[in-house]
Amino acid sequence: MEIINLLMGGFAVAFEPLNLGLVIFGCTVGLFIGAMPGLGSVNGVAILLPMTFLVPPTSAVIFLAAIYYGAMYGGAISSIMLGIPGASTAVATTFDGRPMALKGQADKALIAAAVASFVGGSISVVLFTAFAPPLAEVALAFGPPEEFALMMLAFATFIGLGGDDIPKTFFSIFIGLALSAVGLDIVSGEPRLIFFDIPGFFHGINFLVLAIGVYGIGEMLWTVEVSKGNVQMSKATVTIARTFDALRDVLKTWKTMFMGSFLGFFVGILPAAGATPGSLMAYGIAKSTAKDPDSFGKGNVAGVVAPEAANNAASTGSMLPMLTLGIPGSPTTAILLGGMVIWGLEPGPLLFVEHEAFVWGLIASLYAANFFALLINIAFIPAFIMVLKMPFTILAPIIFCLCVVGGYVPTQDMHDVWLMLGFGIVGYLMRKLDYPLAPAVLAIVLGPIAEPAMRQSLIGSHGDISIFFARPISGTIMIAAIVLLLLPAFKIVKDRMKIN
Amino acid sequence: MRKAELIMALCLAVFSAYLMLKSAELPIGWIPEEGPGGGAFPFWLAAGMFACCMSVIYRWFKRTSPPSQSTEPYMDKDTQRMFITIAGSLTVMIGAIHFIGVYFSLPLFLMFYLRFLGGHTWPLVLGVAVATPIATFFFFEIALLKTLPKGYTEPLFYPLYDMFL
Repeated sequence: MEIINLLMGGFAVAFEPLNLGLVIFGCTVGLFIGAMPGLGSVNGVAILLPMTFLVPPTSAVIFLAAIYYGAMYGGAISSIMLGIPGASTAVATTFDGRPMALKGQADKALIAAAVASFVGGSISVVLFTAFAPPLAEVALAFGPPEEFALMMLAFATFIGLGGDDIPKTFFSIFIGLALSAVGLDIVSGEPRLIFFDIPGFFHGINFLVLAIGVYGIGEMLWTVEVSKGNVQMSKATVTIARTFDALRDVLKTWKTMFMGSFLGFFVGILPAAGATPGSLMAYGIAKSTAKDPDSFGKGNVAGVVAPEAANNAASTGSMLPMLTLGIPGSPTTAILLGGMVIWGLEPGPLLFVEHEAFVWGLIASLYAANFFALLINIAFIPAFIMVLKMPFTILAPIIFCLCVVGGYVPTQDMHDVWLMLGFGIVGYLMRKLDYPLAPAVLAIVLGPIAEPAMRQSLIGSHGDISIFFARPISGTIMIAAIVLLLLPAFKIVKDRMKIN
Repeated sequence: MRKAELIMALCLAVFSAYLMLKSAELPIGWIPEEGPGGGAFPFWLAAGMFACCMSVIYRWFKRTSPPSQSTEPYMDKDTQRMFITIAGSLTVMIGAIHFIGVYFSLPLFLMFYLRFLGGHTWPLVLGVAVATPIATFFFFEIALLKTLPKGYTEPLFYPLYDMFL
């Protein structure tokens, strides 16, 4: 009852005209920033952070949280329309979102992404409201071995459920992880894998460089080859009747949506895990539990719903350790945390006591942000569809230009643009030979989390690898990962037994 | 396709071996009190990559993977021409950014692609070639304050900065 009263007080803060206006504006700006390849929620929040000094602290955080939400919705747009994930959290959305767009179902995919994001966001805000303090304690139980085990589970999902060539999938994961090690060694600070002493490698390889190269340049080259350069990208149309049909189909996947939402929220609250492994695991589970797993990767709407529900739920979940413990769950929440400290709002358990109006105002504004992000997203779908109806010979060079600019923006270094071109060309040549490239993109995102977690664990155990199995949470996750890794072997044995 | 599968696996195996050597510039074993050396993580990953390449080559000899059984060409003549033209024009565009900046190299690339590969009319070509850099400028430089490279054309933008920032 006390929570409901506090939440009502929060709504009174969230629905103040200034705060409500900021929620709507933040969601709209976030949507466009998230939809742009090369820019994600972290860019949006970072760029607009100084602008928030014009408003009171509570309104400022509400505005930034709305941008964060809008960008999480927007990430799916470029994944579906262009096949280029705008952020790592939207990589899994490309697997089925892009094939749906190519089949002329871009409107359905966009509606599925918006509705799933709304459901994921709403469920996670409810969980956040009800269980914030006890869940923060659970998050604290996650140490480096558990984090490493979680990363292993994410990679095992690709092997066990990917359906691609196994050695080539392993290769893709290994190369992504190896590329994530380029730069400076995290322990000794020494330069590592600085190829030909080129200075650009000192800052490491940003995941977006690989993602835009592979999904932007590589995908475009692939489409040019398949289409011979003169077909339309998509035959998608959008009408009210189609929208209702799509909504009906999307709502049939409610079980997947709920699964993605709960999973995403719980992965999101873990410090440093964030939405990317959550969305990937949700995709994996949706595929493995589906009646028709073979249709995944070819345009199954559940393949869009699962990761989108999960990544939005995780974005709310990642605010939980930030507010209750002062530990950010993602790069974006790290910036939000910085903003809160600047405004004199010290995150931690006392925040809920000392700044009650702020905390509950923020939580209530998350409900509002979720609702407005859904409305704004659906309102813009016809405009997004218009883009897809452009002739390919106009759209392709514009996308190439967008890739070049998107490759430059994260690090502002031309070295990365060249690298992106290289990845795009090599990625295209590898794709022609059935090398799956999504695992490499996810590995380069998760590598900087996996390596420190592994090294810290091994240092703590003096090199004893049993630490990953001895602790109950990490042991359970590792066993699940091993089972997933062995899944293809089980399938082979089963098939052989059938033949015999 | 079959030949390409082998060549790709060999190239990737060579790259993996190079990565192993490069990783070994830092310690790859256990350092007392410090844990795994800085090169250990990439070294063992590169070793894994190498093993995967060997597996691909083994299956190539055994003809068990789909590309190793395929008799189709890896790239037909049309695809080759298209690939070289697009990859080449992208390379030229990115190279030109160092000298004439994004706002002049993008329109040149767009004009080339739209006119000579797309076969569109000049009014449309010019419309897209002019509108794209303008939209890019206002979105990235003015709205998001993200500066894009301009090469020797930088001074041309000072009046615009004075006007909008």
